[in-house]
Amino acid sequence: MGKIWEFGQFGKSTAIEDEYGNRMTYDVLNSEACVLAEKIGYRCLVFVLCQNKIGSVLGYVSFINNAIVPVMVNSHLEEGLLRNLLTTYQPAYIWLPKEQLELFSGMQSIHKAYDYVLLKTGYKKEYSLYDELGLLITTSGSTGSPKLVRQSYTNVLDNAQSIAKYLKLDSTERPITMLPMNYVYGLSIINSHFLVGATMLLTDKGLMQKEFWTFFKEADATSFGGVPYTYEMLDRLRFYRMKLPSLRTMTQAGGKIIPELHEKFARYAEETGKNFVVMYGAAEATSRMGYLPPERAVEKKGSMGIPIPGGTFHLVDADGKEITEPRTTGELIYEGKNVTLGYAECGEDLAKDDERHGVLETGDMAQFDEDGFYYIVGRKKRFLKIYGNRVNLDEVDRLIKGGFEIEVASAGVDDHMYIFVTDGRYADSVRDFVINKTKLNPAAFRVIIIDEIPKNDSGKTLYKELAKYYE
Amino acid sequence: MSNLGKYNLAFMNAFEISEDQLTGLKYQDIEAWDSVGHMQLVAELEDAFDIMMDTDDIIDLSSYEKGQKILSKEEYGVEF
Repeated sequence: MGKIWEFGQFGKSTAIEDEYGNRMTYDVLNSEACVLAEKIGYRCLVFVLCQNKIGSVLGYVSFINNAIVPVMVNSHLEEGLLRNLLTTYQPAYIWLPKEQLELFSGMQSIHKAYDYVLLKTGYKKEYSLYDELGLLITTSGSTGSPKLVRQSYTNVLDNAQSIAKYLKLDSTERPITMLPMNYVYGLSIINSHFLVGATMLLTDKGLMQKEFWTFFKEADATSFGGVPYTYEMLDRLRFYRMKLPSLRTMTQAGGKIIPELHEKFARYAEETGKNFVVMYGAAEATSRMGYLPPERAVEKKGSMGIPIPGGTFHLVDADGKEITEPRTTGELIYEGKNVTLGYAECGEDLAKDDERHGVLETGDMAQFDEDGFYYIVGRKKRFLKIYGNRVNLDEVDRLIKGGFEIEVASAGVDDHMYIFVTDGRYADSVRDFVINKTKLNPAAFRVIIIDEIPKNDSGKTLYKELAKYYE
Repeated sequence: MSNLGKYNLAFMNAFEISEDQLTGLKYQDIEAWDSVGHMQLVAELEDAFDIMMDTDDIIDLSSYEKGQKILSKEEYGVEF
């Protein structure tokens, strides 16, 4: 396993700038990364509690480049879910923001840098790690399931190279963070830009905050990435009227953007000489699988595009037979070096080798048109994307049943989840429970009280019959 | 309903909170007031007063009190 990034070659160029005016050159990033890795000194598992801060990025690149395996989690993950993850995987260390130290009062602090602290956990057990295992990340989900995606060093490097190629990235790029780095899309922006010696602009502020836009303008940001909901917010902000001369590229992923907004942003980009790039991906493919070349953005609205360099798509029907006719729906299969090793659900799984061999059944239903552009039309599995976060509906049901011992079925459409219960007394507490577990904005969740959860004779919930309540 | 009543109701609807939580409330003080909640709030305010807020005012609306100042500006003309 070689290094992913060669920071030394970019020397005194700025690798990171943050909203508080702090800067870090590639040379300093390189040396600080070595110092941190030496404090650990061997290949082991480290939890990284992520924020868009210098310390967080430093920890991540240090671990990856020195064969230490990071588990990327949001620093705001609900405490119970975080503790569950820690007990499941028993990391040797935790790299976390200093203001969260009090959560782990029993652990020993052995290094501090850039407002982050390295804690030795003292867990007795250390699970063995497969040689090629590079990092572990959640499936952009926020229900805190212990299920992690196992990504290899080859996965990370190959996907970052491919992204740098199709977005034509170079050292003059200055992407501003809009997404968390424990989210594969956010992480892929860091991965690809550090390959080309660009400058990451780090902020934890959101696009509804003045400080975000002040930093954007003062630091001359050249690009950002957003989920569909981001673009709805930008639309409401009347983004099109903002003067952002430094902006070159807007990318979109994390779910399907509605075609009207796709067209609006594509036209805005065309008129202002910028690029709007719709992309498609999943944590199971490291990050990106498809992209819509910006020059086709208006013409192919609603499409997620073509495979990224080095990847291929094909569709199969219900019998597993390849679909060759355009405009026919089938499951989308992706092949490429960025297809991850598989999942981990417990510590022992960290020793597993490659279970996918470069082929990913995406679970997304898609079609291609006469020109070979792909369109996502549905999903095979029961999950929703809420503000870009994958939320598994079966898991939500399981959590609720575990917490309340009641009849429940959840369903819905992206950004709107409907939780069906039969006992009205639990309506508010169930909703609060789900909001707290997912840490997503309450606006996405509604509870509907019905007489009976529709089921078939064998007791399986008939989710399709619930659709009439919300469609 | 008075303008203050409408204003308060917009916050209460957007963030699912009670009236006694409004004074001094700032962006990110509560989990519901994140970027998604902010968009809900702007939608509620625009509906309540039949206005279209400017981009600069939307991102400047960082507290309950600041919002009153913004809406009192000439272009929106809401009197409290």
